[in-house]
Amino acid sequence: MDAESLLLALELASGSGQGLSPDRRASLLTSLMLVKRDYRFDRVLFWGRILGLVADYYIAQGVSEDQLAPRKTLYSLNCMEWSLLPPATKEMETQTSVVKGRFMGDPSHEYEHTELQKVNEGEKVFEEEVVVQIKEETRLVSVIDQIDKAVAVIPRGALFKTPFGPINVNRTFEGLSLSEAKKLSSYFHFREPVELKNKTLLEKAELDPSLDFMDSLEHDIPKGCSDFPEVHPSGSILEDNGQCSGNFSG
Amino acid sequence: MGDPPPDPEPPSQPTSSSRNSQVSERRRSRERTRPLVPEELQQIPLDPQILRGSQEVLSNQSNLRGWPQRASLTPNENLVFQAEDPYVNPGFSAEVQPQAYLSEGRLQASHNASLMLPQLQQGEGNLFQQLESAYQGSPADLPGQFTMYQREDLPFSQGTQHGPYMRDDPTLQFSPSELGFMSFNMELPEPEPRELAVQNAKAYLLQTSVNSDLSLYEHLANLLTKILNQRPEDPLFLLESLNRTTQWEWFHPKLDTLRDDPEMQPTYEMAERQKALFGRSSSGEGEQEMEEETAETAVPNIMEKAFYFEQAGVGLSSDESFRVFMALKQLVEQQPIHTCRFWGKILGLSRSYLVAEVEFREGEEEAEEEEVEEMTEGGEGMEAHGEEEGDEDEDKATDVIPKPTWKPPPVIPKEDSRTGTNRYLYFVCNEPGRPWMRLPHVTPIQIVQARKIRKFFTGYLDAPVISYPPFPGNEANYLRAQIARISAATHISPLGFYQFGEEEGDEEEEGGAGRDSYEENPDFEGIPVLELVDSMANWVHHTQHILPQGRCTWVNPLQKTEEEEELGEEEEKADEGVEEVEQEVGPPLLTPLSEDAEIMHMAPWTARLSCTLSPQYSVAVVRSNLWPGAYAYASGNPHSARVPQRPGHYRDERPHGGGGAGPEGCPGAGPGGCGGRGRRRRGR
Repeated sequence: MDAESLLLALELASGSGQGLSPDRRASLLTSLMLVKRDYRFDRVLFWGRILGLVADYYIAQGVSEDQLAPRKTLYSLNCMEWSLLPPATKEMETQTSVVKGRFMGDPSHEYEHTELQKVNEGEKVFEEEVVVQIKEETRLVSVIDQIDKAVAVIPRGALFKTPFGPINVNRTFEGLSLSEAKKLSSYFHFREPVELKNKTLLEKAELDPSLDFMDSLEHDIPKGCSDFPEVHPSGSILEDNGQCSGNFSG
Repeated sequence: MGDPPPDPEPPSQPTSSSRNSQVSERRRSRERTRPLVPEELQQIPLDPQILRGSQEVLSNQSNLRGWPQRASLTPNENLVFQAEDPYVNPGFSAEVQPQAYLSEGRLQASHNASLMLPQLQQGEGNLFQQLESAYQGSPADLPGQFTMYQREDLPFSQGTQHGPYMRDDPTLQFSPSELGFMSFNMELPEPEPRELAVQNAKAYLLQTSVNSDLSLYEHLANLLTKILNQRPEDPLFLLESLNRTTQWEWFHPKLDTLRDDPEMQPTYEMAERQKALFGRSSSGEGEQEMEEETAETAVPNIMEKAFYFEQAGVGLSSDESFRVFMALKQLVEQQPIHTCRFWGKILGLSRSYLVAEVEFREGEEEAEEEEVEEMTEGGEGMEAHGEEEGDEDEDKATDVIPKPTWKPPPVIPKEDSRTGTNRYLYFVCNEPGRPWMRLPHVTPIQIVQARKIRKFFTGYLDAPVISYPPFPGNEANYLRAQIARISAATHISPLGFYQFGEEEGDEEEEGGAGRDSYEENPDFEGIPVLELVDSMANWVHHTQHILPQGRCTWVNPLQKTEEEEELGEEEEKADEGVEEVEQEVGPPLLTPLSEDAEIMHMAPWTARLSCTLSPQYSVAVVRSNLWPGAYAYASGNPHSARVPQRPGHYRDERPHGGGGAGPEGCPGAGPGGCGGRGRRRRGR
């Protein structure tokens, strides 16, 4: 949610039952402004909250000019002091895939994972138990990245692509009409396109290169994993992703 | 009288004449009409049939457009539609199509024109407007249209009381419908050949093809109307293009580019429904109502609780909370409810559920329960028949199929209402404003099966739950079972808020099952918030634990009733001694949370202060890690020490050993919240 329209967005997304207490809201509004100034971001978005056992992480992302470029992720425990997280890499992902369970809430916490590794000692080959330490920060980074890749959704028409490459916000986008908003085809995955290249020429002919440069939600497997549970009385529709449930897009 | 003057109508009636022409063009009148005879004019109002006919026309049209009926239209209509028709096709008889085509230059208002002029203008105007609007209003409603055409013929045929088409015959008011839409009690006269030819021709022109709703008749009518309106210079030359344009326009209604079409129908419907919520009941006087309402009602103070939950960072937005409050109020009015509580919201794929936990007043429940039982008994009867037939077949076969020795496990009886898992009744609705639906009582087998599966809720109570192991019931049963589990696991209160009543009965007498009732402790003084947060021992469960059997009080499944013992004595002897079921014991009521088992090395509960910056005013919030979305708050103030455990917003994955395919979950919560906030839950 954009820091500028944070309150409205929170209100609209409240149907899921998760919200922010007034003190958090107030501190968020203040601190996100400062983050934007300090890091010189074009836009700062409040990504969300990850619940941990001891404490919760509040995540924000900063966007530069190019909307689709990798964003800088920051986290905070009290919505006031923000720390930058390192960008996600593949190794991180494989490393943290073994960790299961809840987040502790302490960024310096280390998960211990015992692995059986084959160790060559001379001629003998035997397996040794190696304890691998994984920091919670790393896990946080890769989890956020995975969630983003899976479920970040953007409506069609909100961004457009210029021939030079950078992707800009479409200032004339006023939202989708109600009938369009109910269709999965009006939404895209907000990430580098994966399926776009695999489309046949016929399908590509119908696409508009300036608007349709990301994967549509229509072809997600399993079908129906993203759905629209409710129409808010004001007419906005909440889209709920089944895979990473708890992820709502307004 | 003589022929009507074929002169241009008096210039004082330009508008009506153009309307005349339009209407008549549509009629495609094909014959000449004779001039109106003044005597006939007098006769007309007296003829009841005519009046009836025209009234029918009027009513038909007024039904279409809500115009007021005008009986005075009758004489006017008659005047209007008499004229020479230059387009007459002499082949057609006059009765059926007495509609006159009026060229602009003519007005049939012959000798009576001066008298009838003002009436005429009025009448024509209205009539034409009616007919116009009626015509345009129902382009797709062809049957209606046909009748309309038919009936529009009526006054005209009556009015032009000349010659062969004017008969003093009731049946003539309703010219025999070519398409048979009108069924009449009256006998139809034998149609003359010319009449028949006319009917056939019209029928042919009126038929529509599979491709479109437009018939040739209508299209030609449209086309001629267009031509006469626009009056182009060389119509014949332009005929082709006009034809195309007319066709195109039929299918492309002109959209107003400056104004938006009204859209958002579903939201209007929703708003209507919710508006009903806000209306007060209309019975009684104003003052009385206020007094009644300020007295105690069963509806809890949702807004206050919403405020506290908001401090905890949980909850629906305030206007939605208010709507929930109004919906609960509506529920209380409809059902005989003693106490009511908003249990929470369960998110579903298509729709969500708002759940209310209620207790009926004494004695009110029994009627509804009997109905439910009858239905289930009916089902069982059917099954018994099936088994008997199967036995017969087996006997007939030459090879005796060995009978399987497997017997289904004994069905554990469900708990009575108001006890154990069925202590409360639950009502659900999809959104405030929709009707509340009652959930059935839960049976132990449903709870046991619900523990094994994870399924998203779709939002429809009658949806089947397809899973393995199979769940005995539909989504309503599944929902109820999960509600029971959540309630049993997460309804907590501060230590001391509830206490056991001073009962004389010992625990031993009740078979070790423990007490199952509690009452509020009037001496409760509240526990400081910091203490509530520090130690889980300060919180206790106030609902009974559900045993592995699926019930709160244990029942020995091998104990058979007297009937069963008589039938199955032989079998029983064989089985005796093989199975001995241990009595299942669970933690007693009001056990502190510190006794709760750990989940995978993780504490089952998390307690926090709602706001660390102002601890003196904050509330203690306890969150369940087993059922994400279950929250409880307690403030230090003893007056607001009520802890409505609000198992809030449930969704999804309850961590359960692996089972279930894909994205299924039972109501775990959506802590992932809004706009991408995610709680990454790894499966176990």
